Amino acid sequence: MTKDLLVFESVSHAYGEQRVIDDMRFTLQDGEIGCLLGSSGCGKTTVLRCIAGFEPVASGAIRLGGRLLAGDGVSVPAHEREIGMVFQDYALFPHLNVEDNVGFGLSALPRAERRARVAAMLDLVGLGAEARRYPHELSGGQQQRVALARALAPRPRLLLLDEPFSNLDVDLRERLGREVRDILKHEGVSAILVTHDQHEAFAVADKVGVMQGGRLLQWATPYTLYHEPAERFVADFIGQGVLVPGGVTAPRCLSMELGEFCGLLPLGFATGDDVDVLLRPDDVVHDDASPVQATVVARVFRGADFLYTLALPSGQRVLSQVASHHDHALGEPIGIRLELDHLIAFKRQ
Amino acid sequence: MSALPVLKTAAAWRWRVPVLLLSLCTLVPLGVLLPALFNPDPEIWAHLIDYLLPQLLANTAILLVGVGAGVLAIGVTLAWLVAVYEFPGRRFFNWALMLPLAMPAYVLGFSQLGLFDYTGPVQTLARALTGSSAWVPSVRSSGGVVLVLSLAFYPYVYLLARGAFATQGRRALEVGQSLGLSRAEGFWRVALPMARPWIMGGLMLALMETLADFGTVAVFNFDAFTSAIYKAWFSFFSLDTAKQLASMLVFIVFVLVVFEQRARGRRAYTANARGGQQPRIALAGAQGWAAAAWATLVLMMAFVLPFGQVLWWAYQGWAEEANAVLVDNALRSLMLSAMAALLVGAAALLLAYAVRRDGGGFNRLMSRVATLGYAVPGTVLAVGVFVPVAWLDNQLIALFGAWLPEGTGSILKGSLAVLLLAYVARFMAVGHAPVDAAMHRISRSQEEAARNLGLTGARLVARLHLPLLKGGLFTALLMVFVDVMKEMPITLMTRPFGWDTLAVRIFTLTSEGEWERAALPAVLLVLSGLLPVILLSREENKG
Repeated sequence: MTKDLLVFESVSHAYGEQRVIDDMRFTLQDGEIGCLLGSSGCGKTTVLRCIAGFEPVASGAIRLGGRLLAGDGVSVPAHEREIGMVFQDYALFPHLNVEDNVGFGLSALPRAERRARVAAMLDLVGLGAEARRYPHELSGGQQQRVALARALAPRPRLLLLDEPFSNLDVDLRERLGREVRDILKHEGVSAILVTHDQHEAFAVADKVGVMQGGRLLQWATPYTLYHEPAERFVADFIGQGVLVPGGVTAPRCLSMELGEFCGLLPLGFATGDDVDVLLRPDDVVHDDASPVQATVVARVFRGADFLYTLALPSGQRVLSQVASHHDHALGEPIGIRLELDHLIAFKRQ
Repeated sequence: MSALPVLKTAAAWRWRVPVLLLSLCTLVPLGVLLPALFNPDPEIWAHLIDYLLPQLLANTAILLVGVGAGVLAIGVTLAWLVAVYEFPGRRFFNWALMLPLAMPAYVLGFSQLGLFDYTGPVQTLARALTGSSAWVPSVRSSGGVVLVLSLAFYPYVYLLARGAFATQGRRALEVGQSLGLSRAEGFWRVALPMARPWIMGGLMLALMETLADFGTVAVFNFDAFTSAIYKAWFSFFSLDTAKQLASMLVFIVFVLVVFEQRARGRRAYTANARGGQQPRIALAGAQGWAAAAWATLVLMMAFVLPFGQVLWWAYQGWAEEANAVLVDNALRSLMLSAMAALLVGAAALLLAYAVRRDGGGFNRLMSRVATLGYAVPGTVLAVGVFVPVAWLDNQLIALFGAWLPEGTGSILKGSLAVLLLAYVARFMAVGHAPVDAAMHRISRSQEEAARNLGLTGARLVARLHLPLLKGGLFTALLMVFVDVMKEMPITLMTRPFGWDTLAVRIFTLTSEGEWERAALPAVLLVLSGLLPVILLSREENKG
């Protein structure tokens, strides 16, 4: 039985005239890991700071487990929100060793309990042996884990992570991402992280929200975001793919250069509408028997497969993911066909 | 490459010799004092213990504790307010609170004496309001000296702490809050400990200046080591007593430095909060005005009132004091400062470049020795430079006496050379820091790229290093120039006969209580002291 933990009710925030968050709504269930995804300046970090209590909200309300944190003239001070935070630069205390960093938020506990909790947290993040070392003596990944342990130690109701892996190199990023997810799930802590890297978002989060210009465009599981993007921007931003022009010829029927498809188009389009259709690389299948031919204009060998950029006779480009032994030269025509389960289309503006 | 070992050694020492020579400027004066420290003359020692030492040690303790607490209380609070909060006048106070740097402590000292004197404005006002001024506390006391030195030296703490708070203050509060601490708790438990190395750094500078201060304690007739060294030498003509006292002062400085190094221990502090200015927390209403009032009070006490007092005196005495003697003093000040600046600038360039060419352990160690002089009080350096020069003079006269005119008592002694050598030792660090910082910005690969394009030797220096070091060198020249303008004890104790500078004139006049007459040279010094403050605030705005 899931219940709502964090609720955003049409929250807005502005720095002076400039709107940074615009009428944002979403709900995070208890135990879930959410992620706000977007390029820099989209307002995602401001959302995090509003939740933490570092920024006031201009309108709307934020609730945590039914308690009103901000809005309606209420603003619970940051230190009373029971929300932990892992900062982008970790913000470890250079004057304290690992143990004292992790125990910093536990000063209310009796000494013995505090010790036990610190030891448990260090075990959890695998740094039991580094308890007496100072932050500058640790590697980037270790510092990251100290920051995580420090934030988790006081048992926050919600953990916020601001670009938690951006300071690490790519290999470490993936491994730590999985580790952090395991730790959070093990502790049963709900969390929201903020990132610009969709691989990271997909690897760690249960729900992902795509943000652009201060608006939350879609809040959904990674699967839904990829396969059923609700907006043109989301379709473009998530995964690879091309928007190909087409026209609605009959109710639920669509015609484009690659053929006519009926029954797949969602409701809500009128006959005669001009639309753009999202084609993912895995929708465009290489088939020598197909009458439709396209020319290879670029190719990237990715080991398990090829990613070909193909030009249709009209000049329209599409991407195609092809098994790795199908080695075609630039300029070579190959046969393709579409393999569609469903169609994602957007009305052309 | 020659196979001859002698040539090999010579090549290896090519960049060590200049560094070694420069470090001698500090090593010799300190070395001269060592015998006095470890092998004291029993007679002098007995005299010191009976008459001087108890008072000197007690007074030094009062100064260190009092000024230490004072600069921390003023500097840290102001830095915190200005760096983290928004309140009325903050942008103005941000730079204006550096202004006291322009005022030599002894100028602040004698103008405060004037302000609080029986005939001064404060007591006059007190009498007008309450009929009596007996309740006004006397500034001619240890409390007065502590207050004046705290007001003069708090900018060191303010500057360093403000930098630390500006980059990590707001963030420190946020981390604290995310771990359940209120803002007040966050200040004490996070922001303050994180800024500690910078605050300690500022405190050390302030305490060094306090130990080195001569002019202020002299004006206040407060017995400190520096004034005792001067008296021993120039009133009792006992250079040996002066040496003994100087060696003890060096020892106190040394203990202070070791204490500071120990306090740092294993913790390494680098500002780990990157990213620019964080938004400020607005102090509303009464809180904001209280912050502005505190900053105003400090600024008034440390700069506006005393400088106003000095200006007023200077204006009143203009007709009498703006005379040929003043012009002569000013010209000598300018000349000495310019010579010292050029000398130190050249030495700093050589030092930085030699370490760049040969960055081995020897050069790194010796370049640190060469810049130690900033920690050594001027009175000590004066003694330390004079003693070996006098010895050298005697040797020279004994050797070449026959060729010298009848009755020659000194050759180097009493020449500008002694003075300039002492300046180089004292201000090497001031000049070296900006040049060295600029040198560090020239990367190895930039040098290699230039070599790769065919530039070597002097042409490499002329076309790559000098243009890139220009800014740092200019800062170095300016800082040294102004420091020498304000310098008092070295000039006073080792100047050639009749070489009175503005600072010496201020000393002479204030030691006779003629504050009004000392005002005009003081105004000139403050105006020249404003130059680096302006430079400092401009550099900050760029950064």
